[in-house]
Amino acid sequence: MSLVMPELDRGVIARRAEIVAALRGIVPGEGVIDSAVEMKPFESDALTAYKTLPLAVVLPETVEQVSKVLRYCYDNKIKVVPRGAGTSLSGGSLPLGDAVLLGMSKFNRVLEIDYDNRVAVVQPGVTNLGVTKAVEGEGFYYAPDPSSQIACSIGGNIAENSGGVHCLKYGMTMNNVLGVEIVLISGEVLRIGGKHLDADGYDLLSVIIGSEGLLGVVTEVTVRILKKPEIARAVLVGFPTSEQAGDCVAKIIGSGIIPAGMEMMDKPAIHAAEAFVHAGYPLDVEALLIVELDGPQAECDHLLEKVTAIAKSFGATTLRVSNSEAERLNFWAGRKAAFPAVGRLSPDYYCVDGTIPRGKLPLVLARMREFSEKHRLRVANVFHAGDGNLHPLILYDANESDELHRAEEFGADILKLCVEVGGVLTGEHGVGVEKRDLMPAMFNETDLAQQQRVKCAFDADGLLNPGKVFPKLHRCAELGRMHIHAGKVPFPDLPRF
Amino acid sequence: MSNIFKPRDENEIVEAVAWAVSGEKSLEVTGRGSKRALGRAAQYDSTLDVSQLSGVVLYEPEELIFSAKAGTPVAEIEKLLAANRQEFAFEPVDLGPVLGGKAGEGTLGGLVSVNFAGPRRVKAGNTRDHALGVKAVSGRAEIFKAGGRVVKNVTGYDLPKLLTGAYGTLAVMTEITLKVLPVAEDVETLLVSGLSDQRAIEALALASASAWDVSAAAHFPAPVAAKLPIRGSAAATAFRLEGIAPSIAYRRDKLEAMLKSFGALGTLKADESRALWRAARDVLPFAQNISHALWRISVTPTLGAKIGGAIAAATGASLFYDWAGGLIWAEMPGEEPHEQAVRGAVGGNGHALLVRATPAVRAHAAVFGPLGAGHLKVMRGLKESFDPKAVLNPGRMYAGM
Repeated sequence: MSLVMPELDRGVIARRAEIVAALRGIVPGEGVIDSAVEMKPFESDALTAYKTLPLAVVLPETVEQVSKVLRYCYDNKIKVVPRGAGTSLSGGSLPLGDAVLLGMSKFNRVLEIDYDNRVAVVQPGVTNLGVTKAVEGEGFYYAPDPSSQIACSIGGNIAENSGGVHCLKYGMTMNNVLGVEIVLISGEVLRIGGKHLDADGYDLLSVIIGSEGLLGVVTEVTVRILKKPEIARAVLVGFPTSEQAGDCVAKIIGSGIIPAGMEMMDKPAIHAAEAFVHAGYPLDVEALLIVELDGPQAECDHLLEKVTAIAKSFGATTLRVSNSEAERLNFWAGRKAAFPAVGRLSPDYYCVDGTIPRGKLPLVLARMREFSEKHRLRVANVFHAGDGNLHPLILYDANESDELHRAEEFGADILKLCVEVGGVLTGEHGVGVEKRDLMPAMFNETDLAQQQRVKCAFDADGLLNPGKVFPKLHRCAELGRMHIHAGKVPFPDLPRF
Repeated sequence: MSNIFKPRDENEIVEAVAWAVSGEKSLEVTGRGSKRALGRAAQYDSTLDVSQLSGVVLYEPEELIFSAKAGTPVAEIEKLLAANRQEFAFEPVDLGPVLGGKAGEGTLGGLVSVNFAGPRRVKAGNTRDHALGVKAVSGRAEIFKAGGRVVKNVTGYDLPKLLTGAYGTLAVMTEITLKVLPVAEDVETLLVSGLSDQRAIEALALASASAWDVSAAAHFPAPVAAKLPIRGSAAATAFRLEGIAPSIAYRRDKLEAMLKSFGALGTLKADESRALWRAARDVLPFAQNISHALWRISVTPTLGAKIGGAIAAATGASLFYDWAGGLIWAEMPGEEPHEQAVRGAVGGNGHALLVRATPAVRAHAAVFGPLGAGHLKVMRGLKESFDPKAVLNPGRMYAGM
């Protein structure tokens, strides 16, 4: 592994027994784990290429315990890595050998459901799907739906600002959270936002959501819930070229239609999915689109006609509209199983996550084919076409000496290309350790320094989740210095009054 | 005597900020000054007027994105978007009339800096939900960028959203990228007349919790309704439906069935609807008595009538409710803002912002709500991280920041 993590604090590791004892004083019973065997399940998240055993694992049950654990670590200068359900694809909760792993899985209760105000108050360990399950009896749901929604936790969703296939219309986590309770590394508990829409002061939720566990530990979340649309219908469209599919996507959006979801798969992904789930996908097309519309029946029917007309005008060779819920789910079955389906083609695969301006898709796909030849690895593409979020799946075999390395190089080439065409390094999986060293492809040193200063406002000692997101660690004192020498009057040639 | 700097580009902003930092001078950061009366009254050594930084940088309708320099007039932008049948979905509020100025005077930078969304807030979110990317000059006299030009982006902290609503106290934005969305083809408004505030809030909650995609839900008590483009003199509870015509007709039927037990129903067609919601958005019923204190109060929606009622009883305020009861606009009967009564009624259930008050009042009243010690510490830390010498709009939101 080429990843360089912060240098281990030998002093902390030497004090391990003392630290574990202190943690046990805060979280009694089985809430503190220190044996290597029992810590094994925590050694990595869903980015399984990287594994490290933590110093110790703590699984608190109360806000007070979270606060005391963090305060203890703060006072003793011990690093902390927060963890939700451990489904991060970017290594956001990869442990550090000298850090306490703070697992939030025991915070798994739905605290309040307030249908009249259309909010649910939940603990961070509740799964994403668990929120919807708690409210679906009354016909409500929680909109963000990352593909790991059965397992991933709301706390983790906040850390990563998770999206899903429906965020084109309904937004990401950022747009669906109204309030949080967060514990800072100092142990201080802050409540931000609530059931009301606007709050006092700076919009701290804006930086907390998507902060990848670097700013604090969320202990309670108020999410917006929505009434389920009356109906959802999907249309399955196949095209002879990805250019035609791309043009069709642009035209749909250009016509003023915002579908609930708009997904694209390329030929390798279509074939893999079809072989796995037999969804009835056409095998003679280069690109397959699934366009889903939801809302009132009358609206869906009307918009479906428009979408099918657009698809025809761009030369669709397959065009099927779902006429039942079973058929709609069948259209999705292949897409939803795309990752495991591709997994069957190869011993391992590496899921990349970048966003591009939609219009650049044909260019990016063509370049990706070149990269595929250069790195001698196959790639299958699934793509949130509506919002430009790409998920190339690079096939490799970890048992072949340099394939993982080549897969990572291939992934880095793709992400740099995303930035080059006006996109970004990550659309929804986060930077974590995976894309950390690519950050300079998108941001210069001043940009990154300003971001790190934001962290200083929450965690001046850099104890929370160090080694993630930022390629270089800088001390806050160093970041805080100003380098201004000039005292001259600005642009003296200009008139002033 | 104070200077007015009118930089022509971001490098000149850097120069101006560097000058302020080295001379420990404070700068009032402003666009065209249309919202100068908003926020705490503070004294500045000089003015940094970014109105010269104007112009569209990038507009790709099919990508649903728009970038412009911070000093670009909002009116110009809205015209351009409308020509492509697009808009900012959060319905930017034009504070001109209610602050005693003219309509259509604001700039993009000002719009983003105050983070005010209109009636569609309940469906489309706030300004910050649409802010994707920013280029800015920090109080360290450094140019930085954050975010990007795509909607789905989690690369680094979402600083564009943090700067949204920071009233220019963290950085001088020079270029802003926002998401744009298609304008609805059609619009209609369903009205229920004669409801009490409490009963109206119940109707608003019921409709908002339905699948009928209400894109604005407001209640106008009789005295306010009388100043709006609605026929009759009774209180009016209004539900906006936007979209394609067949969908609106379908949803109107559903909503009528749901609401008919509340009171007499009526509808407003497209033009009347647009006039009504524009008036609600820009708070036009309270744009006459410019010296009277005006509050914008965001609360738990179902508590709206209770909180609004308590404020009215204690102060004699006139008010109306937007955001399904979650937003109360309260105009005081005079210059006195009755801050304690307002904040007392809101308690821990929301946020109250004193939008309008005379300079004498603004010199003493807390315009923004009080913050807890922990929250204040983080805010100070953020101010320090962007603007350690507090040269940018110091005191505009909170004293000493």
